[in-house]
Amino acid sequence: MDNRQKEIDNLKDYKYGFTTDIENTRAPKGLNEDVIKFISNIKKEPRWMLEFRLKAFERFKQLKEPGWQKPKYPKIDYQDLYYYSAPKSMKDKPKNLDDLDPKLLETYKKLGIPLQEQKRLNGIAVDAVFDSVSVATTFREELTKQGIIFCPISEAIQNHPELVKKYLGSVIPVTDHFFATLNSAVFTDGSFAYIPENVRCPMELSTYFRINASNTGQFERTLIVADKGSYVSYLEGCTAPMRDENQLHAANVELVALDDAEIKYSTVQNWYPGDKDGKGGIYNFVTKRGLCKGKNSKISWTQVETGSAITWKYPSCILKGDNSVGEFYSIAITNNHQKADTGTKMIHLGKNTKSKIISKGISAGFSDMTYRGLVDISSKAANSNNYTQCDSLLMGNKCGAHTVPYIKNKNSESNIAHEATTSKISEEQLHYCQQRGLSAEEAVGLIVNGFCKEVLQQLPMEFAVEAQKLVGISLEGSVG
Amino acid sequence: MKEQLQKDFDNTIRNLTLSQKDIEIKKFYLDNFINKGFPNRKEEDWKFSDLNQIIKKNIGELSFYSDYTSTNKVDTSAFVDGLEHNKIVFINGRIEKIDFDYEKKDQIEIIDQSETINKFNNYNALSDLNSAFTNKSFKIVVKEGYQLTKPLIIYHTTNSKIWSKNINLRLNFELYENSSLRLIDLFRDTSEKNFLNIFYNFDLKENSILKNYKVDKFENKNIKYSFNNIEQEKNSISETFILSSGSNFCKNEINCNLNGEYSSAFVSGIFSLNNNKHHEIRTIVNHLTENTKSYQLIKSVLEDSSKAVYQGKIFVNSKAQKTDGYQLSKAILLNKDSEFNAKPELEIYADDVKCSHGSASGSLNEDSIFYLMSRGLNYQQSRELLINGFLLDVVEKITDPEVKNLIKNMIGIKE
Repeated sequence: MDNRQKEIDNLKDYKYGFTTDIENTRAPKGLNEDVIKFISNIKKEPRWMLEFRLKAFERFKQLKEPGWQKPKYPKIDYQDLYYYSAPKSMKDKPKNLDDLDPKLLETYKKLGIPLQEQKRLNGIAVDAVFDSVSVATTFREELTKQGIIFCPISEAIQNHPELVKKYLGSVIPVTDHFFATLNSAVFTDGSFAYIPENVRCPMELSTYFRINASNTGQFERTLIVADKGSYVSYLEGCTAPMRDENQLHAANVELVALDDAEIKYSTVQNWYPGDKDGKGGIYNFVTKRGLCKGKNSKISWTQVETGSAITWKYPSCILKGDNSVGEFYSIAITNNHQKADTGTKMIHLGKNTKSKIISKGISAGFSDMTYRGLVDISSKAANSNNYTQCDSLLMGNKCGAHTVPYIKNKNSESNIAHEATTSKISEEQLHYCQQRGLSAEEAVGLIVNGFCKEVLQQLPMEFAVEAQKLVGISLEGSVG
Repeated sequence: MKEQLQKDFDNTIRNLTLSQKDIEIKKFYLDNFINKGFPNRKEEDWKFSDLNQIIKKNIGELSFYSDYTSTNKVDTSAFVDGLEHNKIVFINGRIEKIDFDYEKKDQIEIIDQSETINKFNNYNALSDLNSAFTNKSFKIVVKEGYQLTKPLIIYHTTNSKIWSKNINLRLNFELYENSSLRLIDLFRDTSEKNFLNIFYNFDLKENSILKNYKVDKFENKNIKYSFNNIEQEKNSISETFILSSGSNFCKNEINCNLNGEYSSAFVSGIFSLNNNKHHEIRTIVNHLTENTKSYQLIKSVLEDSSKAVYQGKIFVNSKAQKTDGYQLSKAILLNKDSEFNAKPELEIYADDVKCSHGSASGSLNEDSIFYLMSRGLNYQQSRELLINGFLLDVVEKITDPEVKNLIKNMIGIKE
């Protein structure tokens, strides 16, 4: 057995499926004003933050859960969830990593995310979020030197209220849709990054999300602000233990790019997808939205979606500044009973705005995959361009692949082009590879990687390798 | 609206000789419609065209009762010249003439189904409205192996006698094995502000061929909705061409079920719009068995503040391996106020398929105009030439040469 095969065998089962046995502090079960006050209180939040939350909650009470999406799920009882869960040892925030609960350190080690800085060679600053709190942020000093703020959002609320006040809710307002509003009311932690004017962030910033406690929803909030002329590349990774029940993950991510700034946001999403019969797994209902506020700004989303029982998200770009650029690169893989309804929205408001969408969907087993996207060029967005390509690959006739693009062009000087194809791996390609000594599974892995290459190329190095492996693993057992 | 509907319904029923049971059925549809009302943008299928609003804005209050007791004079000068054809003439929604002079009498059967309600697959609020109010409904059967020698033209004529009226039409066609029918729908309206609601049902048996050309060319202020349901058996072919141009608002829906192996469906359409017109084509092609094929091509040229919508869906179920599905929509926006919306959708449950779609919209290519102008054409001529060529592509998809010429002449497209 060669190395690759061994590696695959090692990884065959969801290797992040372990649970960390750690004592938790939880908010009382259910969703009401007291719970929101509890969260706000435990985070020692200022008054305006609590008001923000309560306003969102008021709005949430009036909203109805949407039902237009393709993957249907059993009704979620929002009163039967814990909205806050944190390791007990985090009650008084440890000053440095040596004070951190060894169990937490070990968890992250197991996940392949060492938090000790000296052990890291590749220089990625990590913010590790465990259930509802951020447990550690690395490389902070080095970043501070350049004026970059990278810290848990709960800290930012206290230390940089002027920035948070200005930008929080400016892209995803409290009056947004059902899940976003829920998040605004009960969000617990997440990352905050601010890149000052004309600074090119010297390393990748990264957040690692981990759901550990059962019966808990994770509602984190990420806010990234790139000031004029700055650049940042941000990575996000996620895992969760194997559990029989479904867990809700409803995060909000807001990006703001000012004049000439660029934000690159990459996600490798590997939440627990449920077992072979579709039992358990994470409901990944995430709202991600970027605002190209300034001239010549750029926001680029790259996502590799392999996990979650249901993935339902549309990372979007609002191209408000003239000459701004939005990009979306996505690979979504569903196997067994996974379901995904994902895509993007490109809203062109400014002149000379450009957007590009490359989406690759692969479905196998009994899974169901939908690309749903919106390209909207408003009447003021003269000279704008969009190019969309969505390709789907089907393996077997028990799965489904759907494409639902919405295309709106209200400007005669703008061009939109959209292409989509659906196909399967051809017998010829398979035969060719097998003839050269690859096994059927290896051949499929190779072909699929080729199919996804355009998107994988967009990922930062470290992620690309991981993502490539993930693509192979996610399709395990779908051949033949 | 409810009282109006109820009153008009009672008047309509009074003029018909229906059994108690049929009246009950019609009542059922009426109640359905009253519950649903005209479709609005909250419904996914009507997302881009809110019919409820459009009717309110353009017509206001509709009346649903038409007095069909007296005949209308058929104006023969309106008939198409230079092409021998069979005719069905509707004037203000009343069937005035059915004439298959060019065909063998025993090969075509016309069945009056007015006294029996045949259920249309309960589709939407408008089919309910149609079922409740249609007063005459015919079934046209083409017998086994018979191919009509001449095309059939259905004249949909309305004149200024009607105003703010809702007119409901329904026709059923059955094409037996190895038969074929060429059908042209020609809309001529001199009336204003009426709502026409037309439902066709086609049953295509083995090896039969249907070609349906819908031409809405003449300027008018009416609102139209037309629905074609096409059921196809083995080896059958359906070809649908839509010229969507004249009415204020028009929505054409094609629902095509490819039930038999090797059946194929072709849909092509042209939007040529100006002023405030708002037109939509929505197609659903359901590939339900192996080795079926579909091809769709829609092109739009939009002037002033007109708006065109194309919603196309290819559905492939898990049995329909070896499906070949294709869909392309292209639009040229000539004015900054014009708008093109598209939703080309694929829903696929089988793996051995070849399905793709493309959609593009934008302005006229300035480089091409420059090229033509550098060869001596003026701006206007260059523009016309380019648009002509752009649309000719669709007209060329018409497989019947006689009809192709007729349509080319009608819309003034040159080769």
